[in-house]
Amino acid sequence: MPSSDDWINKPLGVVEAMFAQSNSNPEWEAKVLEYFKGQLKEKESHSWVPSLNDVPLHYLKPNSLVKFRCLVQDMFDPEFYMGVYETVDPSTKANVLRCGKYKDVTECGVDLNSRNTVTAERQTFYCVPIPGESPWAKESYGCSSQARVVPSTSYVPSRQKRSYEEDDDDMDTQPQKQREPHTETHGNGDSKRQETEAPSSQTTAPSDTSSHLDLNFPLPGERGPACLVKVYEGLDSFKLNDTLEIYGILSVNPVLTVLGEEKDPSLLLLDPTESMETPEEQRAHDPPASLVPRLHMLYARPLQHNNPLLPSDPTEDQSAFVSSFLVEMASVRAELLAYLTHVLLGDGLAAEYLLLHLISNVYTRRDVLPLGKFTLNLSGCPLNSYTERLYQIIQQLVPCSYRLSMSLHTMNSMRLVPKKDYVANRLVSGALQLARNTSLFLDETQLEQGQLDSSGVRNITALGNLISWQKVDYDFSYHQMEFPCNINVLVTSEGRSLLPSDCQVPLQPQVTPPNMEEYLTTIHMAQFTSQINKFRVYLSLARTLDYSISDEVTKAVEDDFVDMRKDDPQSVTAEDLHRMLVVARLLSLSLGQTTLSRDGWMRAKHIDMLRRSRTEQQKSLNGNEP
Amino acid sequence: QYVTWAKLPAIQDLYNRGSEEGPLNCQRLQSPKSDFSLTASTPKTAEQLIKCEVDMSSPLMYGTPSSRVEGTPRSGVRGTPARQRPDLGSIRKAPQVDLHSEPPSADGAVASEQAVGQKLVIWGTDVNVGTCKEKFQRFLQRFIDPTSNEDENAGLDLNEPLYMQKLEEISVVGEPVLNVNCGHVQSFDADLYRQLISYPQEVIPTFDMAVNELFFERFPDSILEHQIQVRPYNALKTRNMRSLNPEDIDQMITISGMVIRTSQLIPEMQEAFFQCQVCAFSTRVEVDRGRIAEPAVCRNCNTTHSLALIHNRSVFSDKQMIKVQESPDDMPAGQTPHTTIVYAHNDLVDKVQPGDRINITGIYRAVPMRENPRQSNVKSVYKTHIDVIHFRKTDEKRLHGLDEDSDQKLFTEERVQTLKELASKPDVYDRLSSALAPSIYEHEDIKKGILLQLFGGTRKDFSQTGRGNFRAEVNILLCGDPGTSKSQLLQYVFNLVPRGQYTSGKGSSAVGLTAYVMKDPETKQLVLQTGALVLSDNGICCIDEFDKMSDSTRSVLHEVMEQQTLSIAKAGIICQLNARTSVLAAANPVESQWNPKKTTIENIQLPHTLLSRFDLIFLMLDPQDEAYDRRLAHHLVALYYQSEEQIEEEFLDMAVLKDYIAYARTYINPRLNEEASQALIEAYVDMRKIGSGRGMVSAYPRQLESLIRLAEAHAKVRFSDKVETIDVEEAKRLHREALKQSATDPRTGFVDISILTTGMSATARKRKEEVVQALKKMIQSKGKTPAMKYQQLFDDLRGQSEAAITKDMFEEALRALADEDYLTVTGKTVRLL
Repeated sequence: MPSSDDWINKPLGVVEAMFAQSNSNPEWEAKVLEYFKGQLKEKESHSWVPSLNDVPLHYLKPNSLVKFRCLVQDMFDPEFYMGVYETVDPSTKANVLRCGKYKDVTECGVDLNSRNTVTAERQTFYCVPIPGESPWAKESYGCSSQARVVPSTSYVPSRQKRSYEEDDDDMDTQPQKQREPHTETHGNGDSKRQETEAPSSQTTAPSDTSSHLDLNFPLPGERGPACLVKVYEGLDSFKLNDTLEIYGILSVNPVLTVLGEEKDPSLLLLDPTESMETPEEQRAHDPPASLVPRLHMLYARPLQHNNPLLPSDPTEDQSAFVSSFLVEMASVRAELLAYLTHVLLGDGLAAEYLLLHLISNVYTRRDVLPLGKFTLNLSGCPLNSYTERLYQIIQQLVPCSYRLSMSLHTMNSMRLVPKKDYVANRLVSGALQLARNTSLFLDETQLEQGQLDSSGVRNITALGNLISWQKVDYDFSYHQMEFPCNINVLVTSEGRSLLPSDCQVPLQPQVTPPNMEEYLTTIHMAQFTSQINKFRVYLSLARTLDYSISDEVTKAVEDDFVDMRKDDPQSVTAEDLHRMLVVARLLSLSLGQTTLSRDGWMRAKHIDMLRRSRTEQQKSLNGNEP
Repeated sequence: QYVTWAKLPAIQDLYNRGSEEGPLNCQRLQSPKSDFSLTASTPKTAEQLIKCEVDMSSPLMYGTPSSRVEGTPRSGVRGTPARQRPDLGSIRKAPQVDLHSEPPSADGAVASEQAVGQKLVIWGTDVNVGTCKEKFQRFLQRFIDPTSNEDENAGLDLNEPLYMQKLEEISVVGEPVLNVNCGHVQSFDADLYRQLISYPQEVIPTFDMAVNELFFERFPDSILEHQIQVRPYNALKTRNMRSLNPEDIDQMITISGMVIRTSQLIPEMQEAFFQCQVCAFSTRVEVDRGRIAEPAVCRNCNTTHSLALIHNRSVFSDKQMIKVQESPDDMPAGQTPHTTIVYAHNDLVDKVQPGDRINITGIYRAVPMRENPRQSNVKSVYKTHIDVIHFRKTDEKRLHGLDEDSDQKLFTEERVQTLKELASKPDVYDRLSSALAPSIYEHEDIKKGILLQLFGGTRKDFSQTGRGNFRAEVNILLCGDPGTSKSQLLQYVFNLVPRGQYTSGKGSSAVGLTAYVMKDPETKQLVLQTGALVLSDNGICCIDEFDKMSDSTRSVLHEVMEQQTLSIAKAGIICQLNARTSVLAAANPVESQWNPKKTTIENIQLPHTLLSRFDLIFLMLDPQDEAYDRRLAHHLVALYYQSEEQIEEEFLDMAVLKDYIAYARTYINPRLNEEASQALIEAYVDMRKIGSGRGMVSAYPRQLESLIRLAEAHAKVRFSDKVETIDVEEAKRLHREALKQSATDPRTGFVDISILTTGMSATARKRKEEVVQALKKMIQSKGKTPAMKYQQLFDDLRGQSEAAITKDMFEEALRALADEDYLTVTGKTVRLL
C-alpha cells in the first residue's frame, strides 16, 4: 500500500491537512482519530508501524508514527496547551491559524494575545516497557514486525540518517555510522537482535553514570525506552498499571531538554513559573527527549494478554483461532504435563498443580474477595540452583515473569511497594508494580536466619496482602492507596512458606539426578521450539476461556460438601470448599471445558485429597522429628 | 505581611507626589492591548507605568493617597493605608470601556468617565464598578440567613444582617478581613455572583472599595492596620480538582484537597525602587507579571542608563508555594491523585501545614511557558496555578468537637429520595445487613451488630455536668476459630467507611496506634504524627489479630475505648487528641481452636478490663450442622459462577450502602422517647434480676449504656428521629445474643456477665473461696505449728478435698491467705503469723 508511507512517516501532515480543511470546526479531531483507527484496522497494517520496543530510538524518524507496548507506570497532572493558536509572519504580517495538537512546541512568532487561541487539556502518562517481559516474547514481537514488514525499510539507514542529522545535530552520530554497513549486510533475525541490544546498552550506559536520571522501571535491571505519552482523549478510561499498545507521533525535539541547561539567575528570581518546580521534579517530568521520547497518542489498544503468539485483536480471527486450538487442547495439556513432571523431578501431582497455577487468573472480585487466584506454595524444593532453573523454565513458558529471591538482604533493602515522591512529584516504582497475569516467582529457599528490619517487615506484609487480597497498597506518605492487581504468585520454599498461600504442595521427587543442572538442561533442550510455542499459546489461551457451573452440578457439589462434613466436620471447612471450587474451575479450563462436569468435580476432589494426604504425611514426619 | 525595608517617609513621599501631580499626569495612554505585551522594556511603557501607578481616576485605586498628608489620626477610609493584593494579580491597569462603543482610545475613556458613568464597564468584562459596588453594599446591609449553621457565625444574631455584624466584629477585633460566603451572594443576587465568579480580579477590588466605604461610614473612628479585604469562599463552581478544565482559567474556584508540600517564604518584589546615580532622583516601577521595566532614561536629568535598583527600598510581599493533592475520597479507582500548585500571599503564608485537608478558594491561572527568552518558539504548554484568596481547613473543626461530616458530603436530591425510599421499607434493617459483605456467609447477627456499629449512637454532651462526652461509638470484638472469615469481614468494613483504618495487632506498636512526636528533618520542628486510632476519628478502626497485640499497646486502648480521647505526654508536647473511633477487633483463641469448655476470657486471654469495653462480643464458630453446611455450599458455589449482574440484582450496591450510612450519620440524631426509656429501664432491671437469683451480678451500667447506643443506632437505620420500643427490642435481642455467645459460663451453662466484667465467672469465684476456706480450716486443725512444708500442705489438702485441686488453685488460695495476713510463704516453707 503506497499511501501507507504518508500516514506512518508524516502523520502530522495528515493531521494538519485535516485541521486546515476543518475551518475550525471542532469535529476534525474526531475525524483524525477515525482516520488513524481506520488505517490501523487494515489487515496487518499495524505491523508496518515501527515499534519503540524493538527499534532503537535513533533509528526512528522524529514525528513519524510509532507504536509502543507498555505499562502505565505513573500519571502526571493534566496540562493545558495551546490547541489552536495564531502566528504572525514577520515579513508579511499575515496571521495564520495553526494547530498545536500532537505537538510539544509551537511554531515561531506566536501571537499570545490572539482571540483565536484555544486552550485545551491533555495528560501525560509515564510509560515503561512491560516489566518482566520474557526474552522470547520480546524476540517474537520483534520478529513478527521484521518478517512481514517490507516497507519497514522506512527506517533504512540512508533515509533515516538524514532526518537524524537534521534534528539532533549536537548528538554524536559516530556510533550509528559505524553500525550502518552492519544493517545492510545482515538481514536476518539474529543480527537484528544484536543490534537492538547494542544501542539499548548504549542508552543505559550514560544513565548509569549520571545516576540521577533514574528511568523508574519497576524491576531492577530492566532496560528499554521509557516514554512520556501525551493523552488527548478518553482520559478516564486509562488506569495505572494498564498494559497498552500505543500508536502515536514520536517527538524528540531537543528543545524539550532542560537538563543541564544553565538558567539565567535573574530570570529565576523574577519569573513566577520557574520557582514552582524543584530540580528533581524537572528531572522527572522533563527528562531529555533523547532518553525519554515523547509520544502523542493517536490510538491505544488495551492488551488483554502479552503473548505475541496469540492474535492480538479480540475479533473474529481470534475466536476462529480459539476454536481451532480447542481441539488439540487436551493433547497439548498432556504433553505439557509430561514436560512439567520431568521438570519437577517426576512428581506428577506437583506438575498438575503447577499447571493449574499457571493458568489461574483473578476473573472477578466480590466486594473485597478476589476470585480465581491460585497461589501455589511448592515446598520441599531441593536447594542449590534448582529453583533458579525452575524459574528459567517457567520464564520460557509465560510472557511476563519475575523472580524475587527472598534473601534477607533483598527483603530489607528492596522497594517492593511503589511510593509517591512528593519532591519530584512522581510515583517511584517498586517491584510489585506489575502488569496483569505476570508470574511472580518468590524464592523462599534463599531466605536465611536473621533480623528483618522495619522495611523488611513492610515488604513481607505487602507480599502477604498481595497473595491474600490481590492488592498492593501504594504508599502516598499521608495515606495509602489500594491498587488491585492480578499477579500469579508461586512460592518455592524448603518447609511450609511463611507467606500465606492458597494451596501448598510438598514436592516429592521421584528421581534424584546426580547433576541437577545437567538434568534440567537436557529436559529443556529436548523440547522443540514449536512444542514450546504450543505450550505458550495453551497457557495464555486457557486463561481467557469463559466458565460456568450448571444447576445440576451445583446441587451435586452441595450434596458432596454436606456429605463430607457429615463424616468429619473438621476435615472440610468453607476454606477447603473455596479451594476445591477454584481447582475444579482451573481443571476444567485446562482441559478446554467451559462448564464444570461431575467428572471434573470428582477429579478436583481427588487431586485435592492426594495433596492433603501428602501434606499431612509431611506434618507427621516433621512431628516425629526430635 | 509586607517585607518593607523602605522607610515610611519614602512611601509618604510617593503618595505626596501622587497627590500633587496625579490627576494632571494621569492619562491612560495604553491601549488595552499593551496590557498583554510580555516584553515591556521600552522607555515609553516604563513611563506609562510610572504614571499609571498613581492613577487617581481609576476607581480601582486603593484609597486616595492625597489624604495621607493629613496623617494622624489614622482613621477613616482615607486614612487607612491600602494594601496590595497580590492574590488578585495586577488589577490596577484594567481600564474601563464604554459598553456600547468600540474599545476606545484611552484618553477618551478617562475624559468621558464622569459623564458616561453608569455605562462604563471594565475592559473585557461586563462589570460596571458603580452598580457592582452598590449591589454589594446592599448585600452586606441586608443579607440575613436565619438557617445558617456554620461555625463562623457562632454567636451572631441570625436574624440581623449577618455581614454588618461581622463588620462590627472587625471594628472591635481589628482584623481587617471580611470572609464572604459565595453561597450567600448567590442566593442574594445571582448576577452579582456570576460576575464574582467570572471576573474575580475586577470584582473583588470593587467589593473591597464598597466594604471600606461602608465600614468607615459606620465606624469612622476605628483604626485598622490596613483597609479591609474581602475574601470570598465557597464558590460552588468546582468541588473537585479533577474537574478543573481550561474554561476555569482566570475564574474563581473552590477546590478541596490535602496539602502535601509547602515551600519556604519567597519574597516577591512588588515595586522596584530605582535611583539615578547622577542626580539621585528616585523612581518606582511596579512589577508586572514578574518583570520589571527598567527605566532607561532618568526623567530628571535625562541621563541614559543611570538608574540603579536599590533593593532595600523596594517593596516586597510574602509568597509561598503550596502543593495540594486531591483528597483520596474523590478519586476514581485505579488512577493516581492529581496535584495543583497554589500560591499564598501575605498573611495567608504559613496558614496551612502539610497534611491539612483544606478547601481553597482562589483564582485559577495559566501562564505560558517559555523555555528560553532567546528562543522564539515556546513550549505549547501552560503552567497552571491557583492564587489563593481564602483557605478553609476542613479538619480544623474536629478540634472543637463538632461533627465534621456535616458539610463533607453533599447528596443530590434524587439520591436523598432513593435513600429515603429505602429507609421507608419495613425490612430495611435486614436488607442492609444482608448487603454487608455478601461474600461472607450467614453470621446474620454479627453483620447486624457491625451494621449498628457503622451507624453509631447519638453523641451526647454532658460536659456541663462534669461527665464529659458520652461515647456514641459501638465497639465490637469478634472471636473465633481461625479461618472463619473474620479478617475478610474487617477488610470489608475498612473498605466501606470513608475514615477507616486497618491494622494488625501483630504489626502495630503503641505509638503506631496513638501518636508520636517526630522531628521534622527540614524544619527541625517537633511534629506530632498521628497513628491509626487518631486517624480513624469519626470512623472505624479495624484491628486484626487483637490477641497478638502486646500488653503495652493494648493498654492505650483503654482510654480510647471509653473516654474517646488519647492523651499524649511526650517530648514536651502534652495534649489530648480526639479519637472518637469505633473499634472492630478480631481475636483468635490462644489454643488455635476454640475450646468450648472454657470461658471467653480463658480462650482469648485478654484482660477483662478491655473486654468490658466492647459493647458486643461475638463468637464466630463453625456451627457444624447439616442444613447450615448445605446453605454454605450453595452460597459458595454461587459465588463462583454467578455473573456480576446477578450479584447486583440480589444485593444492594456498596455505593448505596455507603451513602445510606453517611446520610444517616450526618442527618439523623435520634432521641429516646418515653416508652423506649421505660423499655430500657425494664430491660436493665430484668438483666440484673436474672443474676441476683443466683447471687451474682449479671449487668452493669455499662451494659445499659451499650443498650442505649444500640437502640439509637437501630433508630438511625430506620431514619427515625425517635428511638422507639422496636429499637430497644432489637438492641436487647442483639445484646442478649452476643452475651449468650460470649458470656456463657461453660461450667454451668448460664449467661454470666461477670466473666466479661471481672474475668471470672461467679461459680469459679465461689469455688476459689471454698478452697481458701478449706485450706484455712486444715491449717487451723493442725494446731500450733508455726511453719509447714509447702509440698506437704499441698498433698494434705488434696487428700482432704473431694474435688481435684490443681497446683494453681492451691497457690491462689495461699496467696489469698497471705493477703489476709494469716500466713507468709517463703520459698518452700509456709509460716503462720
